[in-house]
Amino acid sequence: MLLIRCPHCEMERPEIEFRYAGEAHIVRPPDPAAVSDEAWADYLYMRANPKGLHAERWRHIHGCGRFFNAVRHTVTDKILKTYKAGEPKPDLGAFATSADR
Amino acid sequence: MSGPFRTPSGGRIDRAAPLSFTFDGARYVGVAGDTLASALLANGVHLVGRSIKYHRPRGILSAGAEEPNALVTVIRDGGRVTPNLRATQIELYDGLVTVSQNRWPSLHHDVGAIAGCFSPLFPAGFYYKTFMGPRWLGSNWAWTRVYEPLIRRAAGLGRAPTSPDPDHYASRYAHCDVLVVGSGPAGLCAALAAAQAGGRVILCDEQSEMGGSLLSETTAIVDGKSALDWIADKIDLLSSQDRVTLLPRTQAFGYFHDNFIALAERVTDHLANPDPASPRERLWQVFAKQVVLATGAIERPLMFPDNDRPGIMLAGAAHTYLERYGAKPGHRAALVGSHDTIYRAALALARQDVVIAGIFDNRSHPDSDLIPLAREAGITVTTGATIIGTSGRLRLSKVRLGVLSDDGSARDAGDLACDHLLMSGGWTPSVHLFSQSRGKLAWHPDKQAFLPARSHARVWSAGTCAGDNELSEVIENGFAAGENAARAAGLMARPRVAVAVENAQTLNGGSLGELPHPNRHSRKMAFVDFQNDVTSEDLKLAVREGFQSIEHVKRYTTTGMATDQGKTSNMNALGIMSSQLNIPLPDVGLTTFRAPYTPVTFGTLAAHSRGDLFDPIRRTPIDSWAQDNGAVFEDAGPWKRARYFPKAGEDMHAAVRRECRIVRSAVGVLDASTFGKIEVVGPDASEFLKRLYVNDFRNLEIGQCRYGVLLNEAGFVIDDGVIGRLAESTFHVTTTTGGAARVLHLMEDYLQTEFPDLACWLTSTTEHWAVIAVQGPKSRDALAPLVEGIDLGKASFPHMSLAEGKVAGVPARVFRVSFTGELGFEVNVPADYGRSVWELIWQEVCLYDGCAYGTEAMHVLRAEKGFVIVGQETDGTVTVGDLGFGWAVGKQKQDFVGKRSLSRSDMIKADRHQLVGLQTVDPKIVLEEGAQITIESSSTAGAAALGHVTSSYWSDALGRSIALALVSGGRKRRGERLHVPMPGGAIEVVVTAPVFYDPKGERLGG
Ligand SMILES: [Zn+2]
Repeated sequence: MLLIRCPHCEMERPEIEFRYAGEAHIVRPPDPAAVSDEAWADYLYMRANPKGLHAERWRHIHGCGRFFNAVRHTVTDKILKTYKAGEPKPDLGAFATSADR
Repeated sequence: MSGPFRTPSGGRIDRAAPLSFTFDGARYVGVAGDTLASALLANGVHLVGRSIKYHRPRGILSAGAEEPNALVTVIRDGGRVTPNLRATQIELYDGLVTVSQNRWPSLHHDVGAIAGCFSPLFPAGFYYKTFMGPRWLGSNWAWTRVYEPLIRRAAGLGRAPTSPDPDHYASRYAHCDVLVVGSGPAGLCAALAAAQAGGRVILCDEQSEMGGSLLSETTAIVDGKSALDWIADKIDLLSSQDRVTLLPRTQAFGYFHDNFIALAERVTDHLANPDPASPRERLWQVFAKQVVLATGAIERPLMFPDNDRPGIMLAGAAHTYLERYGAKPGHRAALVGSHDTIYRAALALARQDVVIAGIFDNRSHPDSDLIPLAREAGITVTTGATIIGTSGRLRLSKVRLGVLSDDGSARDAGDLACDHLLMSGGWTPSVHLFSQSRGKLAWHPDKQAFLPARSHARVWSAGTCAGDNELSEVIENGFAAGENAARAAGLMARPRVAVAVENAQTLNGGSLGELPHPNRHSRKMAFVDFQNDVTSEDLKLAVREGFQSIEHVKRYTTTGMATDQGKTSNMNALGIMSSQLNIPLPDVGLTTFRAPYTPVTFGTLAAHSRGDLFDPIRRTPIDSWAQDNGAVFEDAGPWKRARYFPKAGEDMHAAVRRECRIVRSAVGVLDASTFGKIEVVGPDASEFLKRLYVNDFRNLEIGQCRYGVLLNEAGFVIDDGVIGRLAESTFHVTTTTGGAARVLHLMEDYLQTEFPDLACWLTSTTEHWAVIAVQGPKSRDALAPLVEGIDLGKASFPHMSLAEGKVAGVPARVFRVSFTGELGFEVNVPADYGRSVWELIWQEVCLYDGCAYGTEAMHVLRAEKGFVIVGQETDGTVTVGDLGFGWAVGKQKQDFVGKRSLSRSDMIKADRHQLVGLQTVDPKIVLEEGAQITIESSSTAGAAALGHVTSSYWSDALGRSIALALVSGGRKRRGERLHVPMPGGAIEVVVTAPVFYDPKGERLGG
């Protein structure tokens, strides 16, 4: 089980308090009607699914209930950073060295 | 006396504390400190089991967790029967009852041993090849007639207990700076270093006593003390510190992500009379900042023909039995090997007056300080020698010697009598947990071993598991690992005092693979994997048949796949593969080490999660009334819901028919408390609901409610419910029973991440309200006398109204809604009043000859009206259009969740599966839910179905069966005859509108 730091509670809590919520920084188009079928399908279904660093959404569902984002390495399962939803996506390249060490 | 093979003194046993035990009904006496294995050996018992495939007599091979042969069943009492325990790990207690396994009628006379005569029937890949009997006999002939009966006779370890486990098991979490696994010299020193740095330390060891290999160390002097005194000092030092937790009898069995380690602690298995309040075992789930693995090494057997007779044992194990347990393996020993361990064992045995018939060193020029010592002790040492065969039916009686030539062959050199043979092929570092941590292993040719290299985990390895050999080196590296771990955990390591080690024996050597023997292709078996009865020939056959990857060979031959996971066999298997394929050993590859390191009981893994605590049950505030009134319950997710209320002599169908009839003719009450309820509050509440639901809520007046449909972003229906407006900024939202948590999660997701600009708050009120549905033409008459502050009149409280008032004196929210098609109300009262208000309503209902009805009648009544149930009519691929709910979609709405998807090309195809009604041509036939629908009465195989039946019931109101279905292009097929193919023939049906009863909705208006 992972220990995950909730950026709202500012605490490390066990993974069972959290729920995974998919890739982060996929923004719902503000005017969906103006989006092409292809672009809408991309928004609905296409995900990066990388082997390596992944910015993803989590919710502290059995804690404060808030959604937040995390940078996780999909090979090691290490969570390298958590941050509040709405904050900019971190530069994943900056984590690469520490994760692959 | 505790056995004729007991030494007079020494070891970690208490000869003054005899313990009586039985093995296969025979009574023996051991002493405190014994394991079952050491006590049996002290009594001269070597034959302890039969092998799994060939039923060959087997003895005790090892002295630890790696034991492949000596698996026994421990019987404490009726429900406390534990099979497949390793005799080497079972601590003796007074009255211990044990039996051997895999033999019939007895260990000494086993009918199954005949399987050994049929060994050609069990070649490598046996399990795969048996499926390919001669084709003319039919595909299954060989399996059902020959092989399966043989396997069933031969297979299996111990028998599973037949009654429930009466013990209880505990589970706990722990956090520490440094977890040290293994309490041998390296682990002890690592724990000391980490503790001195001020860290929270957990030190666990699978054995009953801390100290590891030092517990059988009799020559070395550590810090001027004997090894045993030195351990005692260090354990005292550790146990005096509050921040140190010592866990003996605790196996670290799994190393998971992020330094999360699972330990299994045996709490009571070693006690004659355990405290019933104590758990039998305890699961520790440890979050460790840093981990030090000091897991030691496991000795390898040698592979020569008939290397598996009782009396053949690992040399290091014999040394442990002698020095730690005071148990001699016999009177007359022969030793063979490629590692100096054989000299240490021989010297120790000789000191206890065991006759050493000879030491046969596979190496032509061994170089050990112990060889001159052995010769001085009068022991014959032969180099360049081996064993090429053994004799003795149930116990070794003699070995056949071989002389190794330079060309790698072996020449017969005659027999040698002995009652036990001790072997050592060297030691394999235990890298299991390191590998589980997803650490990479590196091959070290100088040590002929895979050793820990890089890991993503915060893990350090020290001692023999890391390739250390000499005791001084082990101690030094143990300290270093503990200091490194402490520093990495953010602590300050203290300066270390050097530990002086004198007189430690240095042991070198080792080999991998099979020893040469002249009868290469004979049927003599040289076992690689003792537990799964895999021989060197099996591996060679696999290679000859073209297998090259160790992962494939493992599965094909089953080598390493027994419960011991090949602890004693994997490296030898690689050695054989390497020589057969003629490639370097590391190129053969290495199979993956998986948790658990040793078998773990289900009880430990389940801990408290059993019985009532296995899966929580949710019950409504009215549940107790339903129980008192004979309800039959069904599961709805975690909820228990009353399904129907049978009267005497009624089956479900009779009860449901009666309940439906009474609701349609008078009045019925239903406990609807399980429906999900979410209070949506705030100035932007209506805007939020507008963006989420397909319906428009901005024009919903206060005191009105509306049926709402929720889609996911892909455009598919995921929930529905009634939404009422209590005030300008307060909405009472209901969801399906199963969807409550999911809908709240989805709402929170949108509110927090997509629409954070909206001022709106969500609260789950599912458990706040008890909900009593009162439905039927007499519902108003029954309810009205209890209602204060709300005029239930037709004009003042029309269909889809909502008001707050009092019911039976209790503050209530009353909805005028109907899920039956009849005049109806739903009364929400605070949960604590649920049962009392229900009972008062019930009294009124009884005045009109009403009834309580359950979910089954609810389903029939709603199906008669064509009301869908999300999750029954829908399956995540159904749109509002498919359901015919286009009317619900707010036409003026620019956007709502899922709207954009509704115009994708796939969503507007004419052949989408649409909701229709089905009526069977024979009105008495009730269709099966889930049945497929076809055009033809006998479709060609492979033709796609038109759709499927989603709901199907007998309708008492209509006097016939009814069904709802999703059918391709269904709305255009009204009046068409279709078919529902069933095993007894196709059932003819007519497509209708999905409303069967009161299609104009006149009954609602009353
Ligand atoms: Zn939180």
